[in-house]
Amino acid sequence: MDVLDRIREQVEGNPVVLYMKGTPQFPMCGFSSRAAAALQDCAVPFSFVNVLSDPEIFENLPRYADWPTFPQLYIDGELIGGCDITLELHANGELQAMVKEAAEKAGGAE
Amino acid sequence: MTTQTSIQQKLQSALSPVFLEVNNESHMHDVPEGSESHFKVVIASRRFEGKKLLNRHRLINKILADELQGGVHALALHTMTPEEWLERNGSVRDSPECLGGSKVK
Repeated sequence: MDVLDRIREQVEGNPVVLYMKGTPQFPMCGFSSRAAAALQDCAVPFSFVNVLSDPEIFENLPRYADWPTFPQLYIDGELIGGCDITLELHANGELQAMVKEAAEKAGGAE
Repeated sequence: MTTQTSIQQKLQSALSPVFLEVNNESHMHDVPEGSESHFKVVIASRRFEGKKLLNRHRLINKILADELQGGVHALALHTMTPEEWLERNGSVRDSPECLGGSKVK
């Protein structure tokens, strides 16, 4: 499968996906670490992709949604932003509402 | 011209900010001394009015496309309208310390 199709399948097949360096347990970048921690704080399960263990995604994700850096957060198939936007939305309470809504929507569709 | 100067000049001329600060934070990461790889931009501009964060960041990514395709590896962005800037009294969060992931590429 083409890598962009693979990314599309990941972001459209999961309500919340974080592309990050490392894993939430063992983050390899301070920006990824903070974004993962903000999502964990929302107490809604989320998917993640460790871009360091998938060179093809590492190389191609920036052109998927025309966003040059990692981490990248997708909710309900849409790019939300990187670390700064994720933290900003978390601080004002919007992130919690967004992931909850996406998870409920996905749950209801099953 | 250093990358820092070029970032400053491009943002200054494209967005006419009321406040602009470009910090080279490369020293916080595992890169050679004197590197220009990690930057933090704090910027307040009227051009952000009515734009959500994603689109403010997209605007900056576009203005700095050459830098991001070149040696700039991380760009922390704090984008505010002049009103938001005043509300915050100019305070933004600090960037995180490095955890080693930038060595990989």
